[in-house]
Amino acid sequence: MSDTFFTTSPHWTWFIIPYFFIGGIAGGACFIAALLQWFGHPEDRPVIRGGYSIAFWGAVVSGLLLTIDLGRPLRFWHMLFQSERFPSLMFKSWSPISFGAWGILLFGLCAALSLIGAWSEEGRVRVSAAGYLRSGSVLAKLIGAVGGLLGIFVAGYTGILLTVTNRPIWADTPWLGPLFIASGVSTGAATLVLVGRRRGASDGSIRWLESFDSRALLAELLILVLFIASLWPIKQVWISFWGLLLLIGVVGVGILWPLQLRFGSGRGLGTGFRNAAVMVLVGGFLLRVVVLLASNAITAHRMATGGGGS
Amino acid sequence: MPEAMGFFTDTTICIGCKACEVACKNWNQLPAEHGGVSEMSGDSYDNTVRLSGVNWRHVKFIEQFEGPYNGRWLMMSDVCKHCVMAGCIEVCPTGAIIRTEFDTVVIQTDVCNGCRACIAACPFGVIDMNPAAGTAQKCTLCYDRMQVGLEPACAKACPTDSIQFGPISELRTRAQKRLVQLQSQGEKRANLYGDDPKGPLGGLNSFYLLVDKPEVYGLPRAPTLPSKHLKRSGTFTAATAAVFGLLALIGIRKRRIDEIGGSN
Repeated sequence: MSDTFFTTSPHWTWFIIPYFFIGGIAGGACFIAALLQWFGHPEDRPVIRGGYSIAFWGAVVSGLLLTIDLGRPLRFWHMLFQSERFPSLMFKSWSPISFGAWGILLFGLCAALSLIGAWSEEGRVRVSAAGYLRSGSVLAKLIGAVGGLLGIFVAGYTGILLTVTNRPIWADTPWLGPLFIASGVSTGAATLVLVGRRRGASDGSIRWLESFDSRALLAELLILVLFIASLWPIKQVWISFWGLLLLIGVVGVGILWPLQLRFGSGRGLGTGFRNAAVMVLVGGFLLRVVVLLASNAITAHRMATGGGGS
Repeated sequence: MPEAMGFFTDTTICIGCKACEVACKNWNQLPAEHGGVSEMSGDSYDNTVRLSGVNWRHVKFIEQFEGPYNGRWLMMSDVCKHCVMAGCIEVCPTGAIIRTEFDTVVIQTDVCNGCRACIAACPFGVIDMNPAAGTAQKCTLCYDRMQVGLEPACAKACPTDSIQFGPISELRTRAQKRLVQLQSQGEKRANLYGDDPKGPLGGLNSFYLLVDKPEVYGLPRAPTLPSKHLKRSGTFTAATAAVFGLLALIGIRKRRIDEIGGSN
């Protein structure tokens, strides 16, 4: 039996699952937007603006979800400043939850600046200083690059956060960070497909996003196989409802079905169940559900059977 | 600087009276669960079930019976191990968990914001939330009593001295003597858990004398620090991020080449 089976669940559930999901989308969308800002086409501008918008609002919602989940939400600032020696900073480079809190804050700031630039382009902000943040400027590109790097960090650090514990599944594999990066990028691209179309993105931009999303899904599938293989010593954890949900919900609905829609008859541009991007989002959400709740379920099972633990 | 202090729990003389649980609850003013109504766990004589934010001591009952008259009871009063290298201190993002002058590990309730990272980090499943406080809580090794020269409430209440409190060096000597005594009496399965400063987590300041494998008592064989996973996981994640960046750049380049080809 893995030593991780003797630990207690941190009860990270219905605030943390959407946080991981939304944080992944925000980070992935910002990463793609930054890459397109640096290397893309002028016609990608609606997608870039959409990416920064998703990044900013995603960071805001993520921050709120994280704060609400705390046992003492009004003490959220204790993660950033030393409560006894304010304004001395609180930062631990070896604690994912500590460097993650700073990562989200800085990501949100970069996304906010990039969004102001996007609004300035759209004429929604008329302050002259905002002109410096418009797409073509060096400053905007630099902020975009930093934001993009922080975005991919936000998408992936949540996996590291789970791994740097002693919990079953999470601490038993090094593949959670890569898996969350892959899922963050694929769900970020899928969200950009949905948002981009409404924002008047060109057909070329949407086509590129779909193609990139499909490649990201294939990479995610490969990482998922490595993730499951790395958990072979505790394979019994998948003989459960969560194993079924991983297979049907994450792999079937979230990866294989969207790929079939895109590579099959059309481009997966239908509605609802026929829309590849929507299905990618469903799969991304279910991935977080499975990863978090499958681990929690082990504690519940152990408690119910009276086995082990403190 | 005071000496490192801790517990040595000799499980062979625990009688499962739960006086330690009661003394702990009483001294630390920990609330009852389920509105004070006793609930049967269905697990031997154990109704506390596990350590938690409101149960800082837990007496385990392990029944090893092959027939009605052929078996034995194992009883063990479990508590925070006050690890020399503590995973909870390592991950705590607020600095709420500190090491005291007695080399014990204490959560400062007024600093903790209830993020629960320490719960997932503890290899023993010791820490949990105290719903009344909204923060993570666990045994403080009666820090308040130690500061005025008193022994922890549980050790004081233990009627058989199964829970012994004192300087760690002295407790180790005592534990070794007891181990030799038991083995010479034929109890070959007797072993010390967590007494070795060169062992996992640099040793435990609350260590045990067991008469079976650690797993039987619900203890991990080789507890580790959560940061052990950081380097590998971080490297894999960074490499994956780089691959996705490369994948996007290749895609952008391909689109450009296709467009040039199309316009020609």
